[in-house]
Amino acid sequence: MRAVRPTVIAAVTAAALTALSACTAKSEGKDGDAIRVTAADSACDTSATSVPAGQVTLEIANKGSRATEVEILFPDDRIVSEKENIGPGTKYTLTAEVKAGSYEIACRPGMKGHGVRQKLTVTGGSASAKRDPKLDKAVAEYRQYAQDQADATVPLAQKFADAIKAGDLDAAKKAYAPSRLGWERTEPVAESFGDIDPKTDTRADGLEKGQKWTGWHRLEKALWADKKIGAEEKTLADQLVSDLKDWQRRVGKAEITPTSMANGAKELLDEVATGKVTGEEDRYSHTDLADFKGNVEGAQKSYELLKPVAVTHDPALTKELDKQFAALDKVLDGYRSDTSSYDFVSYDKVTGTQRKELSDAVNALAEPLSKLAAAVVK
Amino acid sequence: MTEDQRETRPSRRALIGWGGAGIALGAVAAGGAVALTNAGSGTADAAGAGGAVEFHGAHQAGIATPVQDRLHFAAFDVKTDDREEFVQLLKDWTAAARRMTAGRPVGEGAYGGLPEAPPDDTGEALGLTPCRLTLTIGFGPSLFDRFGLRGKRPEALVDLPEFPGDNLEKTRTGGDLCVQACADDPQVAVHAIRNLARIGFGKVAVRWSQLGFGKTSSTTPDAQTPRNLFGFKDGTRNIAGTETDRLAKHVWVGAGDGPDWMTGGSYLVARRIRMNIETWDRTSLQEQEDVFGRDKREGAPAGRAGEHDAPFLKAMKPTAHVRLAHPDANSGITILRRGYSFTDGTDGLGRLDAGLFFLAYQRDVRHGFIPLQRKLSAHDALGEYIQHVGSAVFAVPPGVRDAADWWGRPLFSKEA
Repeated sequence: MRAVRPTVIAAVTAAALTALSACTAKSEGKDGDAIRVTAADSACDTSATSVPAGQVTLEIANKGSRATEVEILFPDDRIVSEKENIGPGTKYTLTAEVKAGSYEIACRPGMKGHGVRQKLTVTGGSASAKRDPKLDKAVAEYRQYAQDQADATVPLAQKFADAIKAGDLDAAKKAYAPSRLGWERTEPVAESFGDIDPKTDTRADGLEKGQKWTGWHRLEKALWADKKIGAEEKTLADQLVSDLKDWQRRVGKAEITPTSMANGAKELLDEVATGKVTGEEDRYSHTDLADFKGNVEGAQKSYELLKPVAVTHDPALTKELDKQFAALDKVLDGYRSDTSSYDFVSYDKVTGTQRKELSDAVNALAEPLSKLAAAVVK
Repeated sequence: MTEDQRETRPSRRALIGWGGAGIALGAVAAGGAVALTNAGSGTADAAGAGGAVEFHGAHQAGIATPVQDRLHFAAFDVKTDDREEFVQLLKDWTAAARRMTAGRPVGEGAYGGLPEAPPDDTGEALGLTPCRLTLTIGFGPSLFDRFGLRGKRPEALVDLPEFPGDNLEKTRTGGDLCVQACADDPQVAVHAIRNLARIGFGKVAVRWSQLGFGKTSSTTPDAQTPRNLFGFKDGTRNIAGTETDRLAKHVWVGAGDGPDWMTGGSYLVARRIRMNIETWDRTSLQEQEDVFGRDKREGAPAGRAGEHDAPFLKAMKPTAHVRLAHPDANSGITILRRGYSFTDGTDGLGRLDAGLFFLAYQRDVRHGFIPLQRKLSAHDALGEYIQHVGSAVFAVPPGVRDAADWWGRPLFSKEA
């Protein structure tokens, strides 16, 4: 069913040209084994732009004034291997196993941002199938989005934890919903690690036998149902922050593909349909609509990034999705007085009829959204 | 995928043909695996369990068609304001109904498509025969407030009045449109409603639905009249699918009755009637028989010996159900019933949440259900043991003529 499209041919041709010029570059390097990476405050020089598949070694020297981070990246920005916190004036040797294909080496002075990038072509072996560069771009941008959400969440979670540790019930309640937003937007990525979600976002009924209940909902129960903060809650607040920092560190390594983005968008709507519309998610605080909005925003981000490809395969579908995202947003906006705020009506005040209306709007969006993956890959 | 490729997929019918000598024999033993035709007259041959009922005809299948064993009935609300979009849904639904009633999966099927995408068909009816599935659509009064249809609402499609003793639940009442799925296998009926609901998301939303089992009346003059959950035979003289004259007189909308688009259609009243099962079971046999006006063993009318003996109404108590409901006591009013028993588990008080899901087709609700129910709700002794908790009324358009036609076309086309 897969049609060979001009974009694919163009990508293959471009890769072949890169490989040719890379041969010249490689012959200039010594031994051809290690690649010397010279990191500076605004430069990232590499001694080779092409290596054979297998073990690759980066000999990194930080000549800049700030600590840096050096990474080998897949075309969609997933990290193959990385070293953080290489101090100014120090050296580090990083090794990685790489298959044939296109990569980038990134130096991140100050360990922040997009970094300075160099192309790296790995030759030989059986190259994995070429993907539409538009899709690699979508994945890379989504990965950045997920990272941004994690980066933004940690300080908000810290604020929530600080309020708990100060014993300030009201401040903690106020900080609860905002601390969840970034997580809710990118939940499928966080869940893909398997071990973080059970620690941070489990509800009482979701506990495995012998599992200790930790994370947001345990604290939610303390604040709203038990209405008290004890020593255990303070410890759990610290643990939540540290678990979220773990997530923040690992987002870059998440396995993200165009189809996982599309199906992740659908999964976010499933989260809404099974947990939020029923009021089960935030059963003590009733802040479900803020989570609901976060899920929808995350789904919309995935969709918007995939849309340039989806629209060429199934324009009727993207038209329908545009319409249903807008319709659901409109229904949600009816539950907040200020569309720049995430203060929504408490979900226990939302009537059965209104919940049915929300559920209908979710179904109306989730059904076409389930067809997005097909529109991306076919 | 082309239509040709699609057709090479095994249909549910074909699967039986290949693999199921035993199943086929069973069907023959059950009375002949004859594919039914519903060529508009409601041909009422007793069908084998596996047969397909013809979807096309002058009237919709599922009205005069011999009553199947199972029901899944769903009422929908319209969610779109876009007339074109709604018309497209009716076309998509018709195409899916055409396939499912023939025992074929929806769209490109339940398997073999892209692994990354959910299949078009949900798949739980794969390997089953068509099971005489019929799908029947109806349009509720509230639909005519939309899409500029106000002038096309039939006068006969009245909002039902409030009857004494009604205790209607909003979540089991009304609907802009309905689909009645009848089949001999509940899985086939549920599959059909589920797939139509899925196709409809965004355009329509399920408002309520009801599963039914144990038909409570038949449109074939069976040797055995089915019993309701009170253990009584009812509807012995229901209109048979073969009685062309009575169907024309009491069920089908005739030319000149109302708007032209309804000619060949019918009007459907659906009522969820909760039965106070435990109370009834504690009632003496005499009282039970007096309430119905029939004996429990044979179903014979009071004072008679056989079920099919002509009832002598005056032998019954004045409040007896049969006496009050009989056409002779109602200036000849006759409706076609296709009701089913239902049991939705148990209510919070440990009582069986069970009763009769009443479905009645008639030529005009004003001269059918409404006067009958007025009388029954005021006087029927059965009223002590039942309560109407859900209610809806629909205009059921005529049949889909052929492969180019679709549900509701006469209503939505300009000339109607």
